[in-house]
Amino acid sequence: MTLLEARGVSKHFGGLLALDAVSLSVQNGEIYGLIGPNGAGKTSLFNVLTGLYSPDSGDFFFDGEKLVATKPHVVAERGIARTFQNIRLFGNMSALENVMVGRHLRTHAGVIGAVLRNARTRAEEASIRSRALELLQYVGIAAHANSLASHLSYGDQRRLEISRALSTEPKLLALDEPAAGMNATETAELQKLLETIRHDGVTVLLIEHDVKLVMGLCDRVAVLDYGKKIAEGTPQQVQHDPAVIEAYLGGALA
Amino acid sequence: MSGLGKLKRNPRAAWVAFALLAILLALLPFLAGSLLGRSWVRILDFVLLYIMLALGLNIVVGFAGLLDLGYVAFFAVGAYMYALLASPQFGIHLPFWALLPLGAGVSCIFGVLIGAPTLRLRGDYLAIVTLGFGEIIRIFLNNLDAPVNITNGPQGINNIDPVSIGGFSFYQTHRLFDVNFSSVYNYYYLFLALTTLVIFVSMRLQDSRIGRAWAAVREDEVAAKAMGINTRNIKLLAFAMGASFGGVSGGLFSAFQGFISPESFTLIESIMILCMVVLGGMGNIAGVVLGVVLLVVLPEALRYIGPAEQALLGRVFVDPDDLRMLIFGLALILVMLFRPAGLLPSTIRKREFAAEDEAESQDGIPT
Repeated sequence: MTLLEARGVSKHFGGLLALDAVSLSVQNGEIYGLIGPNGAGKTSLFNVLTGLYSPDSGDFFFDGEKLVATKPHVVAERGIARTFQNIRLFGNMSALENVMVGRHLRTHAGVIGAVLRNARTRAEEASIRSRALELLQYVGIAAHANSLASHLSYGDQRRLEISRALSTEPKLLALDEPAAGMNATETAELQKLLETIRHDGVTVLLIEHDVKLVMGLCDRVAVLDYGKKIAEGTPQQVQHDPAVIEAYLGGALA
Repeated sequence: MSGLGKLKRNPRAAWVAFALLAILLALLPFLAGSLLGRSWVRILDFVLLYIMLALGLNIVVGFAGLLDLGYVAFFAVGAYMYALLASPQFGIHLPFWALLPLGAGVSCIFGVLIGAPTLRLRGDYLAIVTLGFGEIIRIFLNNLDAPVNITNGPQGINNIDPVSIGGFSFYQTHRLFDVNFSSVYNYYYLFLALTTLVIFVSMRLQDSRIGRAWAAVREDEVAAKAMGINTRNIKLLAFAMGASFGGVSGGLFSAFQGFISPESFTLIESIMILCMVVLGGMGNIAGVVLGVVLLVVLPEALRYIGPAEQALLGRVFVDPDDLRMLIFGLALILVMLFRPAGLLPSTIRKREFAAEDEAESQDGIPT
């Protein structure tokens, strides 16, 4: 079953065509890789998908319905959570607080509840806190729950971003280069974590440069180059696609 | 803050400390009145009034990180709301219990009206636009005496009803246990009660789902959006809450003074309130209270320098008014140099300004 479908999505910035009628579909329960040389439009696609930019043309269909919203919080509400290429945590809040913010979407206490702190609000706060702790455990950084997000190591910050995204209860987790800057051990651990996440029923859309990670993890891969999708298929198919080799290595070698 | 931490773990000591503080605050006007003179009781009233006002701005600037330079507009709206509905201006005299929520409500609406067009702006740009809005409101108040006289223009509104609750007039002197409670004393207790309420609401808001969302917007608006926070609503909520605090203090100001004019709501007033928040420590309620106390009490205390010069040196060498501004400016520069996060910074601000001091939290020790 298709979870996410992009149909002819285009986006340009001034004279630069960042996305040129990109279409792709992500199946429920798979790990879908999005690769391509720098500047190919991968992050732009993420930004358009999550409502940070609005597309010039084209549509997204998510979970059987059109994703009409162009507002990020509505996209999150529909069940798409993301991380950022250049980590964007709430640096001066603790790791736990960061994940608690992610629960905002699925909880309801307003001003009156906050001021009166009635039984219902207290119960909700307690559940937010315990769920956030669970998620920190899930990604393996519960020991740092009370540390400032900005004080965590690079790998842990990436994990924290993932747990924050998971706390919004997404159906689709969109990760923008989660392994960037990680060493081999950290990358291996990340691969394990992503497999667990998929196993627990969350579909993963992954932008990644680490070829080993993509080949080992993804069920299917799409390749973008200059805003166009030039190939799609299993990692093995894509790896031997002449167009992909040309995009990465240049025409002379192909 | 370790003292506070200890108190939290020992509820009995906390109650004792709380009771002592309550007794001290209850006796404070009498101490000030008998030791320093009655004018100081009035100054205490103003301290409380400004605490309410500054805590409102603290929600906008401290919690949500939206630099608002026109905050005094809401103070003005609350003040005029009260003045128009409880003075001979229109011959309307609504009761206090109706005016207080009305002032809060109308200011709240103004908060949203001014907040809405500025939602896309941040930092300096937001500051400039809010500054403009603040001035617009003041100029409106100044000119709304023609063609239909609403605000009485620059002359202001006079003979505003003092606060009166159920036949108890705060303006008259009451005698209780052989002690005379004159108007400034009555208002002190009213303001104290309301300030306590405002502090309570601020604390509860800060430590809640809403407070976390404000902090998230302050930290990284894009990430907050992507995490499903409706940043438009949450920012408007901050403007509305802050404005309603301002409206309440405006109404009280009207009643307390008995007279208001647009002159009380100039830009410099906005800047003073912002200084109180920043000096004490943005986002930290105790810090804001300290900032207000310092910025209201110090200038008053410096008034004594004139007579002191006269007595000691035979004539006044430095005009106390000049000295006030000099010391004020110097104090602000020193605070910004040595305690950039404010005198009593909030934990979050402290972290921000001490990012290099990372050693202890690496091991997951709560900071």
